[in-house]
Amino acid sequence: MADDTHLDHRPSSEPPIYAPKASAAMIEAQEPAGRWRRAWDSDIAYSFRRSPVAVVSAVITLIFFIGALFAPWLAPQNPFDPASLNLMNGFTPPMTDNAFTGEQFLLGTDNQGRDILSTILYGSRISLLVGFASVIFALILGTVLGLLAGYLGGWLDSVIMRIADVQLSFPAILIALLIFGVARAMLPRDMQNDVAIYVLIVAIGLSNWVQYARTVRGTTMVEKNKEYVHAARLIGLHPFKIMVRHVLPNVTGPVLVIATIGLALAIITEATLSFLGVGVPPTQPSLGTMIQVGQDYLFSGEWWITFFPGLALVLLALSVNLLGDWLRDALNPKLR
Amino acid sequence: MRIRTAFMTGVAAAILAVTPASAETFRFAFQGPLNSLDPHSLNETFQLGFLGNIYEGLTRRGTDLAIQPSLAESWEIVEPNRWRFHLREGVTFHNGNPFTADDVIFSYERATSEGSDVGQKMPGVVAVERVDDYTVDFVTDGPNPILTAEFDTWYIMDQEWAVENGADVVTNVAEADREFFANRNANGTNAFMIQEHQSDVRTIAVPNPDWWDEAEHNLTEVIFQPIQSDATRVAALLSGEMDLVYPVPLQDQQRVDENDGTTALTGPELRTIFLGMDQARDELLYSNVEGANPFHDRRVRLAFYQALDVDAIQQVVMRGASTPSASMVAPGINGFPTDLERYPYDPDAARALLEEAGYPDGFEVQMNCPNDRYVNDEAICQAVVGMLGRIGVTVNLLAEPRSVYFGRVLAQGGYDTSFYLLGWSPGSIDSYNPLYNLVQTRNTDTGSGTFNLGGFSDAEIDQLANEVLVETDPDARGDLINQAWQRLHDEVGYLPLHQQALSWGVADGVNVAQRADNVFRWRHTTIDN
Repeated sequence: MADDTHLDHRPSSEPPIYAPKASAAMIEAQEPAGRWRRAWDSDIAYSFRRSPVAVVSAVITLIFFIGALFAPWLAPQNPFDPASLNLMNGFTPPMTDNAFTGEQFLLGTDNQGRDILSTILYGSRISLLVGFASVIFALILGTVLGLLAGYLGGWLDSVIMRIADVQLSFPAILIALLIFGVARAMLPRDMQNDVAIYVLIVAIGLSNWVQYARTVRGTTMVEKNKEYVHAARLIGLHPFKIMVRHVLPNVTGPVLVIATIGLALAIITEATLSFLGVGVPPTQPSLGTMIQVGQDYLFSGEWWITFFPGLALVLLALSVNLLGDWLRDALNPKLR
Repeated sequence: MRIRTAFMTGVAAAILAVTPASAETFRFAFQGPLNSLDPHSLNETFQLGFLGNIYEGLTRRGTDLAIQPSLAESWEIVEPNRWRFHLREGVTFHNGNPFTADDVIFSYERATSEGSDVGQKMPGVVAVERVDDYTVDFVTDGPNPILTAEFDTWYIMDQEWAVENGADVVTNVAEADREFFANRNANGTNAFMIQEHQSDVRTIAVPNPDWWDEAEHNLTEVIFQPIQSDATRVAALLSGEMDLVYPVPLQDQQRVDENDGTTALTGPELRTIFLGMDQARDELLYSNVEGANPFHDRRVRLAFYQALDVDAIQQVVMRGASTPSASMVAPGINGFPTDLERYPYDPDAARALLEEAGYPDGFEVQMNCPNDRYVNDEAICQAVVGMLGRIGVTVNLLAEPRSVYFGRVLAQGGYDTSFYLLGWSPGSIDSYNPLYNLVQTRNTDTGSGTFNLGGFSDAEIDQLANEVLVETDPDARGDLINQAWQRLHDEVGYLPLHQQALSWGVADGVNVAQRADNVFRWRHTTIDN
């Protein structure tokens, strides 16, 4: 699922961007404050404005970002602080008075009296943090290995790419589970809850570096035979300098597109791990933990405990994914 | 059409006629897996309850929990310190080996050997002597009027089979990586035999055609599957995939009862859920307090006690299906202290107590909790974390499946815990059992305090419990038990929470006996045709 998204070149439904538009932009660019104007009129921005899907998903993503970033100020309650919870508020339906305390909650509460809305805000913090950090981790690791494999070639290339092949033959979630399990077994017990989130980041990151490595390697192999690289080599630059200063900037485009789609996948992987009960500690619920908690009550009438976090996860993952799709199409000159 | 229908009905009737009337496969699910087939590896109700369908003890209990003869036909006290058991003749193990006195002696030695979790079921026994092939004597170090109280869950294993297969070593729950023969193979004398066992997946048993007793059930096959998810377990019952599931989560009892074709069987359980604190070590293993153990201070223990809002747990987490308790035993247990009252819930008093004890800002401690053993165990622990948080104590919750949890906190794991949740239902239905197992000072020689995971120790209670064991006058004995429970309450040695409720879901047409100790005996089960 992870590797074929970027290979899937669906024809864009967007009308092609015509040259006259671009020249008009150039004329206007003469005006003062031209930099913002130029950005506004650039191809990317134009295609963004013309794509309702991109605009809507960008808005939703932005709402999640703001919600997660400012959760301590926006959320009515801090669900990660057990002392602030009142057990008697447990199982309050959305927008209904609690039978014991009379309190009301917009999206209801879970079995511990946690406000669902607050938990979604705080939970999406974990989701986004783990998502971003693990994507950055995988991106750096994959890019470095891919660059080395593609540029240096030889046995190093074979070793790295065979490891990648082996890893690709397992589902990413299995690898993440394995890494998580090994890490937990090695770490002392009183540290486990504190470092769970970092272990999660490394586990998800390590399970996803292959796509980056493969893409970077392929692009690097193309780039390294181009004249500017030959020229750089002729003037005697160190291979590492060529890789970093000359090849790397030319391979980042496709990598960033994979990263956007990878972000949605990482968010879902985190939710899956938490759902399986191996992620963050139960007192710091992420979206996956909440879905898991609520799943026990789904058929018993308390649907909101699992429904709202589930809806939030779907919205977040879908909008990030659609944004990635749009970015891929917009950056692909063949689709214009 | 009519002819055809009649014809089909005829065929159906013919098929029904050739199928034996008693051909009944019975399927049931529990929330956790059957961890081991070794009858001496773990003293836990589900495991011993399950294996009690395969293995037998010298005694057994009926559906009313009364003691009945089983592998021992009768017994008598020949001297104050010597009990004589007359064994049933003509009993064979599932592999055909005959049952004799040697098997009893072997099982006694195995159950009291290193790694065993059931050695405390024979308190005070110093020797088991063979009189002849079908007579054995149990010699005790003092009079013990309730010696046989737990013989129903101390199971007899075949010596020849065990020695042949290297199964004389007891499966140690703390050594999860080691292979033990008896962990995966069983050879008992009871009404059912294991046909297939895959821990975590399923276990299949079939009736033992050579069982010595008259079979009351009409089952031809029993299939057990662990289903951890509450919703899935209930769905399996409602869809007809399972004939019995337990526990039915509290939120689904009504739905199971109202559904056509299923019934919820509920009732008070003899199990008490409580919290224990490490009071043995000079410094807690998992806490930020260095050089001291805060739980040594009664004020800290009382602060924890008064911080717990058991009524909130009862109303929300347990949905009313629990009885908050001041005592470590349920009302159905002999010696239940009727006058004990809970210390009132009072977070302000608790904070004051903590401050007085020198922890004005509280402290940090790790809590161990099973997440698939007791009714809503993890939710109770989370609620406790919140309640203690309100008096400034930061509790780091480690909730784990029971196989991992028990391997950690029990004696075999070295009591590796600072603060934990446990449930206990006295196998003997008598207060001496929890006094001996949970409250008396840990002592590997006498076997007392094996499940005193926090190492609570009080000389007065130790003395009282020893007197309870040998006292034969019921009134004096009851008085001693009462004193012991009162003393434990005064000392706040444990933090009792509540008695949970039995909650089974049964398909219509399935008749089962629900015992108050939550043990499921297949031999009382019939399926209507």
